[in-house]
Amino acid sequence: MKKIITTPISFESIKDLRTGDIIYLTGTLVTGRDDVYLRVVMENMACPFDFNQMAIMHAGPIIKEEPGKNTMVAIGPTSSIRMEAYAGDFIRRTGLRLMVGKGGMGEKTSRACEEHGAIHCMFPGGCAVIAATCVESITHVHWRELGMPEALWEMKVKEFGPLIVTIDTTGANLFLENKAYYASRLDECKQPVLESVKDIMHIQTNK
Amino acid sequence: MAHEQAKERFVESMVQVMDFTSRILPDDVFDKLKELQAAETSDMQRVIYDAYFDNLEKAKELKRPCCQDTGILHFYLSAGTEFPHLGMVEEALEEAVRRASAQIPLRQNTINYFEERNTGDDTGERVPWVHWDLLPGSQDLEIITYFAGGGCCLPGRSKMYKPSDGYQAIVDNVFDAVADLGINACPPLVVGVGLGHNIENAAVLSKKAYLRPLGTRHPHPKGARFERDLTEALNRLGIGAQGLRGENSVMAVHVESSGRHTATIAVAVSVACYAHRRSLVRFHSDLSFEVLSHKEAGH
Repeated sequence: MKKIITTPISFESIKDLRTGDIIYLTGTLVTGRDDVYLRVVMENMACPFDFNQMAIMHAGPIIKEEPGKNTMVAIGPTSSIRMEAYAGDFIRRTGLRLMVGKGGMGEKTSRACEEHGAIHCMFPGGCAVIAATCVESITHVHWRELGMPEALWEMKVKEFGPLIVTIDTTGANLFLENKAYYASRLDECKQPVLESVKDIMHIQTNK
Repeated sequence: MAHEQAKERFVESMVQVMDFTSRILPDDVFDKLKELQAAETSDMQRVIYDAYFDNLEKAKELKRPCCQDTGILHFYLSAGTEFPHLGMVEEALEEAVRRASAQIPLRQNTINYFEERNTGDDTGERVPWVHWDLLPGSQDLEIITYFAGGGCCLPGRSKMYKPSDGYQAIVDNVFDAVADLGINACPPLVVGVGLGHNIENAAVLSKKAYLRPLGTRHPHPKGARFERDLTEALNRLGIGAQGLRGENSVMAVHVESSGRHTATIAVAVSVACYAHRRSLVRFHSDLSFEVLSHKEAGH
């Protein structure tokens, strides 16, 4: 059975989710990425959308813009790690509950998720058309002057997913765990390649 | 007039090329992804690969770009020295990008330095990025079209070493690029390694490396072995699709090299995401064209 989370998102509805769980989102989802975080956190600008108990998607969509009508063409997640410098403060200031993005985020964000009851989920990267088909409508756009990818696009979504929980409300962080795992395997995996190029290096040092 | 007609025909053809390139992966990449999908056993990897293929299917069906990051347009040209329309090519490519941006539509991704505003039409200073090579005596123009997305450009690197750093420097660089930022660049990746004598020459070669068709090998036997060893070793890291741990990490590692200065080793690594939107088309002197990379370049 699909686990569906709806907006506004109560702490209760996400507190038992754990990294690796797969969920879907129904309700309002708003895009925001580098410039939005920068404006809110560094430039102290009032955010034109109230993210309290709501969800943000790190994404720069392709929108077909026609007079009086905006249509979602493609929307896939962008690398969330770019928002790492600001996301903790953003959560604290806005009361944001759920982030959707690509890849993982760092220690600062997982701490903020634990302290303020938020989660980060990843949507499979590059899957922009299946994501777009979960978008029912675009209701508003804010800060359009930032450019199409950077603006806040307010969307009505239905069963938007699959969303894989990568940071949960205990602060567990799937990508940091995976990264540590890959790092622990680096030397072992490299070894056969280094053995194999030894004869090439040997020729060189003899010259 | 004839000149204008030729240009118009070429522009419209290139809009078509960008259109199918944005929606459909080249045959070699699609087949490789299928092969890697079959090797995966975990539920999470299955969910991801199912999403990949479901998405590609929908992109085809709904005629939309498969990934929202349609990148900066790159054109790698191999131009016949006898191709009769060389003079109009760069201007026409820029016009084609402007039209494709509005018509397909593509995401508006280009910002000029110092102005720091989105140009709104995917063109800008030296954008699209055009690279020329020559085909002596040929009357054709071959074009590799590539959508250079932000996520897979980020892990790119180019660095100089002393000969005493040896081939270990190359291996370290490849592993660091893939195991660090590469995790966020939508694996399984195509990894391009450029080996040369200075950073720019290595960087260009790393790009040419990942544009090479999958299944091709470095011409030197030791180079080919190096590619195979790196591919196997990176796959043992088990990064999996989307960095969520799996049986593989990469679709391939390709190495391109040039002679090096006796005093330097130059290494560059460029990576391409699984949504490897590259096509190869060949224009003839009458400006008809054939698609070499996609069996199913449905318009």
